Formats: sequence, C-alpha cells, structure tokens
Amino acid sequence: MTDIAETVTPAPSAGSAFGRAIRSFALIRESGAGMVGVALILFWVFVAIFAPLIAPFDPNATLQPFAKPGTVYATGGTFWLGTDHIGRDILSRIIWGSRTVLFYAPLATFSAYLVGILMGLAAGYFRGKIDEVLSFIANIILSFPVLVLYILVIATIGASGINIVIAITFASAPGIMRIVRGLVLDLRNRDYVAAAQTRGESSWHIMLVEILPNARGPLIVDACLRLGYVIITIGVLGFLGLGLPPPDPDWGSMINETRSMALAFPHMTVFPCIAISSLILGFNMLADGLREIALRD
Amino acid sequence: MVIFILRRLGTMALTMLVVSLLLFLLLELTPGNVATKVLGPYSSQEQRNLWLEAHGYFEPLWVRYGTWLGRFVTGDFGDSIRFKVPVAEVLWPRLWNTAILGFWTFAVMIPLSLVLGVLAGMREGSLLDRTISVGSIITTSVPEFASAVLLAAIFVFWLGILPGTSAMSGGFDWVQLILPVMVLVLYDFGYVARMTRASMAEVMTTHYIRTAVLKGLPYRRVILRHALRNALIAPFTVITLQINWLLSGVIVVEFFFAYKGFGALLLEASLNQDIFLIEACAMVAVFVAASTQTIADVGYTVLNPRIRFA
Repeated sequence: MTDIAETVTPAPSAGSAFGRAIRSFALIRESGAGMVGVALILFWVFVAIFAPLIAPFDPNATLQPFAKPGTVYATGGTFWLGTDHIGRDILSRIIWGSRTVLFYAPLATFSAYLVGILMGLAAGYFRGKIDEVLSFIANIILSFPVLVLYILVIATIGASGINIVIAITFASAPGIMRIVRGLVLDLRNRDYVAAAQTRGESSWHIMLVEILPNARGPLIVDACLRLGYVIITIGVLGFLGLGLPPPDPDWGSMINETRSMALAFPHMTVFPCIAISSLILGFNMLADGLREIALRD
Repeated sequence: MVIFILRRLGTMALTMLVVSLLLFLLLELTPGNVATKVLGPYSSQEQRNLWLEAHGYFEPLWVRYGTWLGRFVTGDFGDSIRFKVPVAEVLWPRLWNTAILGFWTFAVMIPLSLVLGVLAGMREGSLLDRTISVGSIITTSVPEFASAVLLAAIFVFWLGILPGTSAMSGGFDWVQLILPVMVLVLYDFGYVARMTRASMAEVMTTHYIRTAVLKGLPYRRVILRHALRNALIAPFTVITLQINWLLSGVIVVEFFFAYKGFGALLLEASLNQDIFLIEACAMVAVFVAASTQTIADVGYTVLNPRIRFA
C-alpha cells in the first residue's frame, strides 16, 4: 500500500511514522469515491470548527416559530432553512449540531477501538482460556440486535453524552475484538514476532509494537465504516428520544422534536436528515475508496 | 453433521441462558426497585413489602431467578405494568404484526438485491455495475429515520398519495404498509446487493466459468447454470443475518409510522421501565437473533460442499 509513496521519497527515518501514514493516506487521491468522501467529511469538519463564525443565529435562541425556508427576520438576517416549532433557526442548529456529532462519534469509536483492540490482542495472542472467555463474552453481546442493546443500556443508565459513549463502546467493542483477534491469529506466527520473542520482549510489547501496526490496514477501513455506524447510532438514539439532553442542538434530536410536525412542515425534519446522511455517506465512501486501494495493491 | 447442529443448538441455548441471567440481574437485582415500578412512586413502604412478600421477592436471588426462569420458559411472562394485562396478551399480536412487516420487506428486498447484485457482478466495472455500487452506498448511508422522513415528505406531503401513519386503526390496510416496507428495503438492500456482487464477481473469475464460456455455451446458460449456483451461497448467509439488522430497523420504522409492532412495543416498554415487558421483549429479540445466526451457520455448511465434516 505504501510502495508508491516510498519510491518517490527517501527511505523513512525514525520518527517519520506519522509522515508515512499521511503519505499512504494521500493515496486516497487515486480513488474517485474516496475523494468525494474526504470532501464531505472535510466540509463538515470545517463547518464544525468555524460554527460560531458561520451560523447566522444563536442556535438556542427562540426567534420566530414556524418560519418557512427563506423567511427574512424582522431585525435582519434570513432563515435560509426556516425555523422550528419554537422559533430556532434550523441552519444554525445544523451548523452547531455538527460539533456534537463530530465530537461524540469519533470519541465513542475511539473508545470502542481501545477496548476492542486490547480484547482482540489478548484473545488472539494468548489464546487458550483467555480467548475462550473473551470470545464467549463477545458472542453474548453480539447475540443482541444492536439497537435493542442500545435501548436497554441507555434506558437503564440514563441518556447523556458520556453514557452514549459507554453504550457504543459496550456494543461495538466485541465486533472490533473479533476482527483484531482474526488478524492477530494470522500475524502471531510471523518471523518478526518470533524474533521479538527470542529477544525476550514482553507480551504486551510484542502485541502493541510488533503485531498491531501490521494489522492497521483492515482496521482503518473498518474504523471508517464504524464511524458511519456510530453516527447513525447517535442519530437514532436522538431520534428515539434517548439522545443528548436538550437544548443543545443534535441532529437526531432535532428530527425527534419536530417529527410530529413533519407532514405539515417538512423543512424542520428534512434538512437535519440530509445533513446526517451526507456525513455518513462521506465515511462510507472514504471506506470504500480505502478498500479499493488496499485491494488493488 | 447431526453433532454439528446439536452443538450449535447447545451454544444457542447457553447464550439464551446467560442473556436471561443478565437481564434478570439488570432489571430485578433490587426487589425494592421492582415494587416501586410495579406499584408506582406513590405507593407506601408497607404496600411494597406486602407485594414483595406475595410475589416471593424475599427469597434468595438464585431461588428467585430459578422460579422466574421456570415461569418464563413455560410462557408466563408476568403482567405488563403499563398495559395492565399479561405480557403475553400484548406481545404475541405485536410480534405477528412485525412478522407481516418483516415478511413483505424480505419479499421485496431479496429478489431486488439478488438481481441487482448479480447484474453488477456479471460484468465487473461496467456502467451498470458502477451505478448499482454507488446507488447502494448512497442508500445504505441514509439511516432509516432519515429515509422515513424523506420518503414521508415526498409521498405524503408533496405527492399526497400515501398515508403518513401506519397505525392500522381501521383494520389491516396494505396501503399503510408501503412506506414502512420501502424504508426498510431501501436501507437493507444495498448491503445484500454488494455482497452478492462481490460473490458473483469472484465466481466470474474462476476457471470453470472461463471453460464454460470458451466451450461456446450461451452466456445466459453460463450465468444461470454455472455461476449463480456458487455465487448465491454467500448472500444466503448475509440475508439470514439481515434479520438481526431488521429487528433494529423495525424499532425505528414502527416508532416513526406508529405501526403497532414488536419494535415499538420494546421501545415503549424500555422508556416506561415496564420491567416484565422489557424482559419478554428482549428475550424474544435475542431468541430471534440467535436462531437466525444458527440457521445461517447450519445453512452455510449444508449449501457449501467445500466444508466437510470429519
């Protein structure tokens, strides 16, 4: 995957792992779908970073209820996407809502990966009893339909940002563990692992320094897909009324709050739906592009 | 083979048992909590103690779990707190409604995704292939709640040709089933189509297909007689496992369209902390998921002659 990058650049010196990652990531330019994905994600990242500068109104201010898209506000400014039932500007709420989703989705995915990778490394490397116990736990959690699991967990521990992260970690870590375990079972028989064992390196050193970096390819593709799913999950929880507590804008909750009026005022629900779908599409297309490049080499 | 099936059934039974224990601990660990939920927040301590006494909650935890499990297995799920009737009375009709929804979703999704997947995989890289691939990425990127909102906006608000709720208050009405089925199919077909495509594309590169083409068989015959049989093994597993996803999907769709199904019931039970109803719903959901998993495993080995048993 990195050979193209390495033919044009001098042999990477120590400490340039980050630079190498960036260069191999730059290969995504060769995939059309991947580039569209990157563009969509960067667009929303940009929107999230500059939310205070872009948003025309305060996202929580009640201004003029039930305004149609394009309505001009009395004291200046236009509601480009209209306002909701209590008069908050929908465009501003979508812009600020991108911060919520782009904060919690990567955080939850990262935390799920942390737990899933550690479980998978331990199960695949030590095998035996540890593997049996961890795989059994994973199978139990994976036997739940995902959304049922989220609803049970959130309904029990309550709806809040941190609880959503906990619930997602709990539900996703077993899936990640399975992938990592499979990769480790393959990689643990390589020569460089045997060399490290002969050198007398500790088990965790071998797992984290020798094995994990070589398993990164499939994991990066999976992480992109999983980020998409996590965004869906956060959206679904908000939509079902189990999401982040009001009033701060969250795309799923915006749809939930105005869903009863969706048939009379579609603009209240349609625009947040487009926002969330475009972000998920971004991650899915990026994953598709990465997979395409990985398969080609 | 028989041993394999029995072992899979054993694993499934063990899973169900552990899940039931977890659910029981999660919801009924503290009896005081159960009494408060059942009798309401304004009940007196005396009333709660009387209720707990009458329902055997002062027994040790293991005894309680044993009795609970025994009654559960025989179909006695207790009374729903919210509906004030035995859980079974609410549960079975709702499950039947969801089965109808699920049946029609699969009846539309399976032929659609298989045909599209095979067409795309037949000629990898063709315009049709790329169109189907991009189309399925887009549809799987739109979560069910979003496509429900968007389709409702189009067909109910702008075109005004379909009803926006599916409560079926005036008896069964198939027109009200169209939007929920559409939403579920739209989200689910992409994944199955992509899997079928990948499987078909792989088969198309094999030697026996090349042989079949080179010996001058008509293309249609190569596809129908030689390629399809092997290409459809992988999608079978994917479709069976899709039932697990469908269970999540129906919760969203039934909630949005006010369809009186199992998913909406589970959500309502959880939001209202209706303990006995949650237990029954969750166990049914896990049972359906675990049994489809088992069917997928067994079916895959039966269909795939390359897997042999020692």
